[in-house]
Order: sequence, then C-alpha cells, then structure tokens
Amino acid sequence: MLSDPIWQLIMVCALATFATRVLPFVALSRQADNPLILHLGRYLPPAVMLILVIYALRDFTPLVPNWRLNMGDDGLPLLVASLMVAGMHLWRRNALLSIMLGTGAYMLMVQLGWSG
Amino acid sequence: MSQLWREAGKQTLPVMFGYLPLGAAFGIVAIEVGVPWYAAAVMSLIIYAGAGQFLAITLLAAGAGLTEVAVATIMLNSRHTFYGLSLLKRFQGAGWRKPYMIFALTDETYSLLTSQSTYSHALAFRVSLLNQLWWCTGTLIGIAVGSAQLFNSQGIEFALTALFIVLTLEQAKRLRQSLPFVIALATGLGAVLLLPERHLLLGAIGSASLLLLVHYRFSQRRGDHHAV
Repeated sequence: MLSDPIWQLIMVCALATFATRVLPFVALSRQADNPLILHLGRYLPPAVMLILVIYALRDFTPLVPNWRLNMGDDGLPLLVASLMVAGMHLWRRNALLSIMLGTGAYMLMVQLGWSG
Repeated sequence: MSQLWREAGKQTLPVMFGYLPLGAAFGIVAIEVGVPWYAAAVMSLIIYAGAGQFLAITLLAAGAGLTEVAVATIMLNSRHTFYGLSLLKRFQGAGWRKPYMIFALTDETYSLLTSQSTYSHALAFRVSLLNQLWWCTGTLIGIAVGSAQLFNSQGIEFALTALFIVLTLEQAKRLRQSLPFVIALATGLGAVLLLPERHLLLGAIGSASLLLLVHYRFSQRRGDHHAV
C-alpha cells in the first residue's frame, strides 16, 4: 500500500507541512525575543497572504483576441467574484458569508456562461 | 471540564462555518480529480492544511514528482513557521498537548489562539481539536456530495481564492500598516510577470522575506523601534 504513489505524496505533504509548523519550536525556542524574528513574525504573514491572493489570480485575463471581454473562468467572473468577496467582507466582516457569496457567484457565472 | 469544551465550541463556531464548506469543497474537488475517497479523508487527518491539500491534489493530478511536492508544500506553508514564532512563548509548558497543537496550527487556529483574551493550554488544545474535527467533517460531506454527483461543482475551487482574500483583509485590519502589502504587491506582481509558473510562489515569498530583512536593517540603523 505504501508503495502506491498517492500514499507517498500524502506522506511527503504531511511531513513537509508538519516541518513548517514545528521548525520554530525546535530550532528557535531560545530566540523567541530576537528582534529580527519578531520583525519577520509581524510582517511576513500578511505579505504571504496577499502574495497568495495574487498567486490565485495569476491566470486572470481580462481580454480575449479582438479586444473582446473574456467571460471564461479566467476572465471577468474571476474579477467580479473577487471584488464581491472583498466588498462583502469590508461591509459585514463575516468570513463565511464573504466566501460563500463570492464562490456562489463565481460558480453561477462560469456555469451559466455569463454572456458577453 | 465540560465548560471548557463549551467555551471552545463557542470560539470555534465561525471557523466551523468556514471549515465545513471549505472542507466540503476540498472533498468535492478531490473526488473530481480522481483521488480515492479514503485518500482524501486521510489527507484531512494527517496533512490538515487547507491550501496545502488543494495544492497537493493539483500536483497529484499534474503528475508532479515528490521533490516538487515537498518544495511547493514547504513554500506554501512557510507562513506557518512565522505563526509558530509568535507562539513560542504561549505554548511553553503545554506538555503532552504541545505536539498536537503544533501539528494543528492552521491559519484559522492561529488567529483564534492569538486573539483569546484569557489563554489556557487546556482551552487552546480543545479549540485546535474542534477545528480539525470541523475540517474532517466537511471533507467527509464533500466526499459524499462529490461521489453522488449531486450538483455541478464547476468553479467551486474559487472558495480558496475567496479564503485568501478574506485572510488578507483580516491581516490588514489587525496590522493597520501598509509595508507588508506594498512589498507583497511588488514581489507578487513581479513574480507573475517575470517568473515561470513553477517558481512563482517561491520567488515571490523569498524576495518578500529578503525585502523585510533589508527593511529591518534600515529601521535598526535609524533606531526606529516602532518597526520592530
């Protein structure tokens, strides 16, 4: 069973994920008050989060050839749904509501072939 | 004791509402790309990382090698290392609960544990455990829905993008400083424009860390202690 590629992949992912979580506790337990560590601990998480947003939207293509608007799953639905999530979250600050609304809207747009 | 569970349940309620649909989305997508249902369930049990698990099934579907999988997972989850840094002190003395609390340190658990007004290891442990219970339950629901093909799930993977947007806004509200976001915009957009897809995340997070190091050196020299 363990020679099956999918179990190897799962084990590698599990170990790699745990490694990122346990690293500071084994390597830096004496450095908890180091100002550089505090600096990175303060600023890197928000930076990574925005990088992940940019990464998730990397395939966004507003226009298809002949300057027509792109209504496919990497086109305007992506932008509209993202703005809905951000707007909803700024308004109500309810994570579930923002995520469900945006995802529902995106699914509707790509499944119904939002006509352009 | 049951009072601690009740308090933990109350605190994890918003995470439950996030983890059930997101875990379900993971289950559905996993079934959609052909992952056996038991493998998807085991992933939520022993990997337990939202974005990491979506990435894993993407890489699995693309037939990526194990080294690629390891590097991509470490880069994607490297933010957890920095979460741990700010919890070094808090987790001191957690005893037998500590290994599990470290294993279960997701974005959402981190934000709950760091915003508790009265912290105790017993409560933190219960919060961590309940959060994973919501995640695994959501996964099982998704597996059931995905296997039964109850509805057309095309586009459901957008839930992950939405999660990142929400987490970014939460970080911005907590920090109220533009520095990390300016750095992320520059390195993120730069990487999208300049780097091939497989090096994109590594390049952006790596250069953001470097810029933060440079900023640290400068703020030290200026004696600007607010930045620390």
